[in-house]
Amino acid sequence: MMLLQAPRFTQQSMLDPAGTKAGSIHDFWHFLIITSTVVTAIVFLTLFVALARRRRTADPEAPGEQRSLTRWVGASVAATLVIIVTFLFLDFRLGRALAIPTQRTPLRVNVIGHQWWWEFQYPDSATPGNWISTANELHIPVGRPVILRMSAQDVIHSFWVPNLAGKKDLIPGHETETWIEADSAGIYRGQCAEFCGLQHAKMAMLVIAEPERQFEQWALAARGQALAPADSVARAGQQVFLTGGCSVCHAIGGTMAGGTVGPNLTHFGSRLTIAAASLPNTRGNLGGWIVDPQRVKPGSYMPPNALEPDQLQALLAYLEGLK
Amino acid sequence: MTTATPRVETILEPELDVELDRVWRSRPGFIGWLTTTDHKSIAKRYVATAFIFFLLAGLEAATMRAQLSRPENGILGPDTYNQFFTMHGTTMMFLFAVPVMIGVGLYLVPLMVGARNVAFPRANAMGYWVYLIGGVLIYGGFFVNSGPDAGWFAYVPLSGPAFSPGKRVDIWAQMITFTEIAALIAAVVQITTIFKMRAPGMSLNRVPIMVWTTLVVAFMIMFAMPAVATASLFLAMDRLISTHFFNPAEGGDALLWQHLFWFFGHPEVYIMFLPGTGIISSLLPAFTRRPVFGYPALVLSVIATGFIAFGLWVHHMFATPLPQLGQSFFTAASALVAIPNGIQIFCWIATIWSGRPIFRTPLLFTIGSIIIFVIGGMTGIMIASVPFDSQVHDTYFIVAHFHYVILGGVVFPLFAGFYYWWPKVTGRLLSETAGKWNFWLMFIGVNTTFFPMHQLGMEGMPRRVYTYLEGTGWGDLNLVASIGAVIIFSSVVVFLANVAWSLRRGRVAGANPWGAESLEWATSSPPQSYNFRNTPVVAGRAPVWESGGELPVMTGLARDRQQVLLTTVLDAEPDSRHDHPGHTIWPFVVAVTIGIFFIVLIFTPWGMPIGTVLGFIAYARYVWPKKRHDPSVIELPRSVPPAEVPR
Amino acid sequence: MIRFGKMSSLLVLTALLSIAATGCKREERRFREVPPAADQSTDIVQSDLQPGPSIVATATQHPYDQNAYAISSGKRLYVQMNCAGCHGLAGGGSIGPPLMDDKWIYGSDPSNIFASIVEGRPNGMPAWKGKLSNDQIWQLVAYVRDLSGLHRKDVRNSRGDNMAAVQDEQNRNRQTPRSSFEPPGSVTTP
Repeated sequence: MMLLQAPRFTQQSMLDPAGTKAGSIHDFWHFLIITSTVVTAIVFLTLFVALARRRRTADPEAPGEQRSLTRWVGASVAATLVIIVTFLFLDFRLGRALAIPTQRTPLRVNVIGHQWWWEFQYPDSATPGNWISTANELHIPVGRPVILRMSAQDVIHSFWVPNLAGKKDLIPGHETETWIEADSAGIYRGQCAEFCGLQHAKMAMLVIAEPERQFEQWALAARGQALAPADSVARAGQQVFLTGGCSVCHAIGGTMAGGTVGPNLTHFGSRLTIAAASLPNTRGNLGGWIVDPQRVKPGSYMPPNALEPDQLQALLAYLEGLK
Repeated sequence: MTTATPRVETILEPELDVELDRVWRSRPGFIGWLTTTDHKSIAKRYVATAFIFFLLAGLEAATMRAQLSRPENGILGPDTYNQFFTMHGTTMMFLFAVPVMIGVGLYLVPLMVGARNVAFPRANAMGYWVYLIGGVLIYGGFFVNSGPDAGWFAYVPLSGPAFSPGKRVDIWAQMITFTEIAALIAAVVQITTIFKMRAPGMSLNRVPIMVWTTLVVAFMIMFAMPAVATASLFLAMDRLISTHFFNPAEGGDALLWQHLFWFFGHPEVYIMFLPGTGIISSLLPAFTRRPVFGYPALVLSVIATGFIAFGLWVHHMFATPLPQLGQSFFTAASALVAIPNGIQIFCWIATIWSGRPIFRTPLLFTIGSIIIFVIGGMTGIMIASVPFDSQVHDTYFIVAHFHYVILGGVVFPLFAGFYYWWPKVTGRLLSETAGKWNFWLMFIGVNTTFFPMHQLGMEGMPRRVYTYLEGTGWGDLNLVASIGAVIIFSSVVVFLANVAWSLRRGRVAGANPWGAESLEWATSSPPQSYNFRNTPVVAGRAPVWESGGELPVMTGLARDRQQVLLTTVLDAEPDSRHDHPGHTIWPFVVAVTIGIFFIVLIFTPWGMPIGTVLGFIAYARYVWPKKRHDPSVIELPRSVPPAEVPR
Repeated sequence: MIRFGKMSSLLVLTALLSIAATGCKREERRFREVPPAADQSTDIVQSDLQPGPSIVATATQHPYDQNAYAISSGKRLYVQMNCAGCHGLAGGGSIGPPLMDDKWIYGSDPSNIFASIVEGRPNGMPAWKGKLSNDQIWQLVAYVRDLSGLHRKDVRNSRGDNMAAVQDEQNRNRQTPRSSFEPPGSVTTP
């Protein structure tokens, strides 16, 4: 698996930015938290002093006291207004800066949200019809903006990779667009951020940002058909795949399996995770997932598959070989 | 006969009490319970029912917190969890927060304005029954696995016919209708009561702030509730009779739902919050020994908030593909709403600053509410920013934000109000010691539960997830939040124990145990069924303080039937007298027919003709004119010189 | 005073009434169920004439006949497995026979439909044995019966989020199955 020189698997967090947009938003967060803390501290201090102090004047409604309080309240309101206007100015400036990607030629990827997995298509305008179709793992080049054209097939989802950028909804009947850009190589986890049903909690994805050259290598390999099974066990596994229920929903390029219901599995062996980034892609996990997906993601649309042990092993060998 | 000249009430009239009580009190027993139109009974019911829903929603929250305390926990599966969080949100927003404030308002407003009852007592009663039916409907559904599971906000297409099979969402959509009808009835009742039934001399600039907030909220309800009723109507129609409001393939739009829902949803939170501010403004005078500072500023802030609240709703939709310029407008409005909110807080602090604080439980809860609300308000300004919101939208940061503003702006003031007005409602005081335990446990619990959620949201934890993976690292903070939930639970237990203790052994409170200044404290605790023996006459904003305890009154209302005084809108000059219909079963019956109408509609369109026929029959009986003793509205003789009514 | 007793008893009473009104089975979501295949003893007979006394084939229940979630899943599968390609998106039929009418060539009993899907049928119905799990096939059986309105109104599917060519299942009239036999090789017209 040709991946990265220095893989950094980052905990998903907006406080650890690795992308252009997330970085700017993180800077703005500093302004927000500092200002809020100062204002809150002043308000609390005033409140506590008000509670603790001994009242000096006998008549709180005396005109002098009234005028003084009015002035203070007025000044506080004016200060609040100034802070809010400053905030608005900085916010609008940030918003407009983030609206358009940086100058470099963007990569375009289509994102289609399904219950409960992500479909990514890389349209290749040079070769119409020769698109990469993959699922749940989005490869992008470092330092280049990636424009995501997004829609959903069923319900509203939301694409969110906090280390890289803010989120954008995927709405059936609409085509939404956003862009992300990674500043450094790494593996960044994202998660669906709009409640989409039973397995919204486990609709995650990985964004794998690689240097440009490695990204091109990946894209070239990804565009190809699936690798032929290496040995007889894998060949038997391919038979299990094609004659059983797998091919009804899943597609593997270069074989007769052309199902479009579930994720495309052409290069499944290279994926780091399965089940929308719910489990690492290991033999054991994969076996458990194939036999009883409802235990991992109850409610998902993948049915259980009762396979004989040797059939299962052959199938696993085949799938592992789809690099 | 009719004496319009105000006089100080020094003549004891024991017979008057007996006669008025005979006319105004509810009938005894179960039938009395079904027929009463006494605003105090209805209001107590609203509050008690809403509190039961609060407890149920709290149990749902506790279960959710137990499930989320550890990664990949197995207490609730995804389907059950989805029902739990939907029920928690739905119960808190529709069945607790708004009805409890309606109840508090319905109890206090007639007392605060010196009236014997609200303007439309039968409609008031009917509103409660409609609310109860809605609440029982959805909980009945919940207990048989038909609880809604698409979120309290029920976004389409998930909640639409294609992706939410069965009747779960249909039950939810009709429940909305019930609670909206109840809220609209209460709004109409309150507006009319506040405009037309105030004590003579209580011009609009002397009206208590609690009454102002009730008025503004009533108008907000009238403009906001129809939006959600429309949305739920469209959803119910899409699901039952295959309309295409939200079907993009046939020209509908999923975003239409969001606009309709949030046009209601944002004012909804101010509908909950403004009465909370009214409560604080009401009780601060008693606990700082001075009238609240900045009455005109407070009133204008409440009105301004009411208006601005309708211009914020798109901030719930910042992740959708709406044009940037439009979003910027809502950013600006969402940030600027902090100005009137801030004015209120500054005025309160000024009141405390120049007053002499008396540290009883109501004041403690008030202080807690200001602290918690300010924190929530700060995060609110943060999320008004579209770029920042694009990161934290639909994460636990938002959960933290709205729990802070709701706990700070609704729940803490509500508890402050409970402790403050409990002696008025029941005649007994709540225990101060238990009250302090209640406050501190709740304050610590709330902060323990919700403060870590800010961090969780920024660390990438989305909302509405039934579990999360071990590798995300969210386990520790979730555990802390779940421990906080236990603390909150214990504080509510302390409160319930306090209530039970007070009802049996609480110290008897007099008419005015706190030495407060507004009109409700000028009558007995609990008030008689007729509220005031004679109509009080008001000369300022703090009638009890200004009159030195002996309130000037106006006599002349009928003693043999339920009669109320109507006054003019601006200056509250006496205008006419009006006979109220008395206690009757028909509001209950009409409410039941409304229930039949909407519940049958969940399953079949036949609900409409059946319900209409039944409802028509019941309503005809409801409004059937009764024999009257004399014309119900009598113009007072114009010879009453206005100068005699003190200004 | 606050009459907790009366209020809670009224609450409970009304809740119990609503239990009667709303169904339990309708809303079940059974994720890890592995229902058995159809019982083969209810093979259909292809003639109305029987020697001796008439034997009425007993109708069988299928596990999802009152379950709205399963019927909805069946619709999803109907589209995803391209049943719509031959039988029409609303069951109106095209190169395959319509499913929304009252003519059932191979029987309308749930086990008959199960067998039809699993075994395939002459003139173009593929055999799904081994391709779909039993659970999925029962969901399809439920949906096929829904297409002619054979379920209770409150569990039927409502419209999908697609272009509406015909009336949705919820508002169709029930098409009570009548037995009919078309010899293989005849073209069925919708």
